[in-house]
Amino acid sequence: MGKTFQKPEALSDQPTHYCPGCTHGVAHRLVAEVIDELGIRGRTVGIAPVGCAVLAYNYFTFDFQEAAHGRAPAMATGIKRSRPDLVVFTYQGDGDLASIGMGEIVHAANRGEKFTTVFINNAVYGMTGGQMAPTTLPDQRTTTSPFGRNVDEVGMPIRVSELLASLQTPAYISRQTVILPKYIVKAKKAIKKAFTYQLENRCYGFVELVSTCPTNWGLTPVDAVKWAQEHMLPYYPLGDLKSPE
Amino acid sequence: MSKVLMKGNEAIGEAAIRAGALNYFAYPITPQSEVAEYLSRRMPEVGGHFLQGESEVAVSYMIFGAAGCGERVFTTSSSPGISLMSEGISYIIGAECPAVFVNIMRGGPGLGGILPSQADYLQATRGVGHGDCRLLVLAPASVQEAVEMVMTAFPLAEKYRNPVMVLGDGLIGQMMEPVEFPDNLKSAPSNKDDWATNGMDTRGRKTRNLVKSLFLDPVELNEHNLKIKRKYEQMEREEVRFEGYNQDGAYRALIVSFGTMSRVCRTAIDIMKADGLEVAMIRPQTLFPYPLQAVRDAAWKKGCQAVFSIEMNMGQMVEDVRLAVQGRCPVHWYGKCGGEVPTPEEVVETVRAVVQ
Repeated sequence: MGKTFQKPEALSDQPTHYCPGCTHGVAHRLVAEVIDELGIRGRTVGIAPVGCAVLAYNYFTFDFQEAAHGRAPAMATGIKRSRPDLVVFTYQGDGDLASIGMGEIVHAANRGEKFTTVFINNAVYGMTGGQMAPTTLPDQRTTTSPFGRNVDEVGMPIRVSELLASLQTPAYISRQTVILPKYIVKAKKAIKKAFTYQLENRCYGFVELVSTCPTNWGLTPVDAVKWAQEHMLPYYPLGDLKSPE
Repeated sequence: MSKVLMKGNEAIGEAAIRAGALNYFAYPITPQSEVAEYLSRRMPEVGGHFLQGESEVAVSYMIFGAAGCGERVFTTSSSPGISLMSEGISYIIGAECPAVFVNIMRGGPGLGGILPSQADYLQATRGVGHGDCRLLVLAPASVQEAVEMVMTAFPLAEKYRNPVMVLGDGLIGQMMEPVEFPDNLKSAPSNKDDWATNGMDTRGRKTRNLVKSLFLDPVELNEHNLKIKRKYEQMEREEVRFEGYNQDGAYRALIVSFGTMSRVCRTAIDIMKADGLEVAMIRPQTLFPYPLQAVRDAAWKKGCQAVFSIEMNMGQMVEDVRLAVQGRCPVHWYGKCGGEVPTPEEVVETVRAVVQ
């Protein structure tokens, strides 16, 4: 009898360091499945961010580089420009990408770099212990906004997908989520589409994944999903924002 | 090949191409923007890759990305730009990737000015970035030497898997001089399959490679730093370069000077010689590793009464000269850092004030 279900070849056997209920594991698996299905493991280079996913390379089985905080898109640019035959993706959180790395992501997208970004948006800094991110929702409490995000002082959360979609350069920009099984198939489709556009040398691909961070939200994994549904999804609506077609 | 008359910045760009460095990422900054202008035309002709980055910070990571793939890659910038690249330089050192950074120095601090200086001596020789960093630093004194050093820099970076900096002052970049290009560099990095993320399939590798600078285990990080330290020690044994001038006979004073400043000092030494005062010079060609022994031997030579560190800054290399001399004879400094280059007469006056 043949196997009906197995771990993707692109995923390693190592147990992850992620917290219970964290959605990084699902996101990693989707990326690995897409890489397997496209048969590109042997020519893919991933770029790890600084944040919870800094050790992402431990969970994948292909070449990886580790960037400084926010600089993954610049590294990806250097790789892809010097080796256009490689498949390159950045895997970045919202502190990394939307705060310190805002310059790099905007310019990489605007140049139409032929790589792919998987953007994990959980509205908080994870690894450093739950500080406010540019994506933290209004009134959301974090360790550096103990009274809730005061939008009069620090502005409204940034919708990165919308911001990137406003650029005139053709790109594939999509916001999906991995908080519940019903969304996961769509999320995988978007990731696959983004990689496919890269393989066709067509355009930059950006897939935002609305995610949970039960530990830093101070919620159980189940309550975190509920909170994301009630608060994240209305502010960060799902769907394709831009397509090169 | 015959000589051609070329501006330093353009010659630097051409030298890199002839060294097989077909990846160049840069951000414009005076006084070296001509390198980017030259290579934006030239790279497409040779099938290379040119990209103007959005900032020096981003550029340093474009360098990192390509270097991590084992590709020959370089950038050029000037002082404030190098400060911005210092983050990336530290990461590249930590991840042990070869790359070449050219700094055509201008005056500082801050925006400073756009005229030549040597004010980044300490920044360059102390590794530029955070952590236990060192760069191999080459200091050209002519356009010809800039070409040769750029071409040497790539194999050196690959030998040590560590960035190399070519540290020239604004005059080296802006001046036109006759240049003869050496033969194209043929050697390719030999062992990159052991570490570079150059594609498992395309290189027929069975295991994947990681390019990273994070070592959370304190024992592992210490070992990593010891390994890097051993590379610096090897550089100190194998890469020290310097040139002596008027050093063979007896002399009463020693000048230590590098880059453009050393050419002025040469003239000053000739003037003093004609006047009956013998003065020798050591011109460091590598600033890290520093020719400590050569400076020490020259300073300790019988009859040498004083040592002068002459620099286009407020006294930076003088610290290394003092380390070399170890208090055996007085060490003096003279220099300027506003864009003016000290004249031979000023150098003569400085020496004459101490050594009659």
